[in-house]
Amino acid sequence: MAGPASTRRSTLAAEIRRRTGLNPAKCYQCGKCSAGCPMAEETRLRPHDILRLVQRGRRDRLFADDSIWLCLTCETCSARCPNEVGPARIIDALRELALESGEGAPPRAIRALHESFLKQIRRHGRIFEFGMIAGFKLRSGKLFADVGKMPATMKRGKLALSPRNIAGVGDVRRIFDACAAAAGKEVRP
Amino acid sequence: MKLGYFPGCSLHATARECEESLRAIAAPLDVELAEIDDWACCGATSAHATNHLLSVALPARTLALAERQGFDTVLAPCAACYARLASARHELAKDKALLERVAAILERPFTNAVKVVSIAELLRDLAPKIREQAKRPLGGARVAAYYGCLLVRPTEVSGFDDAEQPSSMEAVIAAAGGTPVEWRRKVDCCGAGFSLSRTGSVIRLGRAILEDAKKAGAEAIAVGCPMCHSNLDLRQKAMSRTLPEPLGLPILFLSQVVGLGLGLDPQALGLGRHFVGTGSFVAKVTAPPAPAEKPAETKQEVA
Repeated sequence: MAGPASTRRSTLAAEIRRRTGLNPAKCYQCGKCSAGCPMAEETRLRPHDILRLVQRGRRDRLFADDSIWLCLTCETCSARCPNEVGPARIIDALRELALESGEGAPPRAIRALHESFLKQIRRHGRIFEFGMIAGFKLRSGKLFADVGKMPATMKRGKLALSPRNIAGVGDVRRIFDACAAAAGKEVRP
Repeated sequence: MKLGYFPGCSLHATARECEESLRAIAAPLDVELAEIDDWACCGATSAHATNHLLSVALPARTLALAERQGFDTVLAPCAACYARLASARHELAKDKALLERVAAILERPFTNAVKVVSIAELLRDLAPKIREQAKRPLGGARVAAYYGCLLVRPTEVSGFDDAEQPSSMEAVIAAAGGTPVEWRRKVDCCGAGFSLSRTGSVIRLGRAILEDAKKAGAEAIAVGCPMCHSNLDLRQKAMSRTLPEPLGLPILFLSQVVGLGLGLDPQALGLGRHFVGTGSFVAKVTAPPAPAEKPAETKQEVA
């Protein structure tokens, strides 16, 4: 465990602790989180790698990589962690931090999904899937993905075409604005 | 029993059959579902992956509305909505400063007094009544209970069942007359919110889940989450593509399984809305019991 990097104080770990109440220093690298992670075979950094980089304050390596954005928040890691470190919540906090500081951003398709999704909520108070999917296609460039499924989905009565705003949509917009102000940044991935 | 009902966005669109079957089974089980007036979206993954305060404040607005509308318990039949509502409630109960901060953002009175229940918990507690009301033995159909992630995790939030070996959905399937299947992937993740943005991952994860259920002898899978449903039903054809033969596993909402057990009309349970046909499964479970299984007095009546 000795070495120049580990003697540097990690302000990142302190920041994560402030945001989540969880202590990344409690991770002793057993790797149980990574053993159960459904995305581990697709990511460069596995959950225990992410925890180690948080301990060492390596924002550069964490935010330059797609790995934190590929977490599905299935919570398997947190459920199985023998020391209650809570990797899933820590990864969420890393994503939030990356967006706030501008040091990292999700891959295009994932960003497109979050943007379309949040825009629908802000605009209508609820998700209208048709508008959400259309927005996703435009933002992601995946224009033709799943178009073959649209007629069958409509036939089954599963797509509402016209959005209706909830009465309290003003409430919802105020909530978005307040949360953006708290983050010091518009809520946009 | 009167419950505040939080359908969430999916139950009004891609998961219509979940709402239809839930409403159909409510009356025979003496449950009154009163939709929370003017509820908003829970924020789902897009909120919690980008702004934590938003992921607490959006569900908190709905919980505050439920509180004012006089409900003491809210049912969130979508596992993803359930996780967001229950997580917000849990965090606000632990952190008084956060509760005050959120109440100020909401600009409405909010004491965080409303409980949140999932469909698996509700139906498990109603299992004796389901058993009592069940009209059909479901032809002994073997059904795999699929929990996915958000019914049993995070453990400190959910807590109504074991996180690794849960049994509430199996109890419901058995009460409805089905035979629960023992299998290995019932708490695995199907890829959830990546259905549109990273479809390849969803295909890989879903295929492993379906293959395992099939190997264990399941004739159908019961789910408690519209995202799992959409991934495993709508994308099952793509998951079968690299396999020697199609998986052909109908994906039913747990409320549909209960509805079939209660003898309700399959159309009224939304069983015609699936991508993977439910026809042969429904035909099997609604077939009249074989004569040998009939009680003696029924035989005499027939004769």
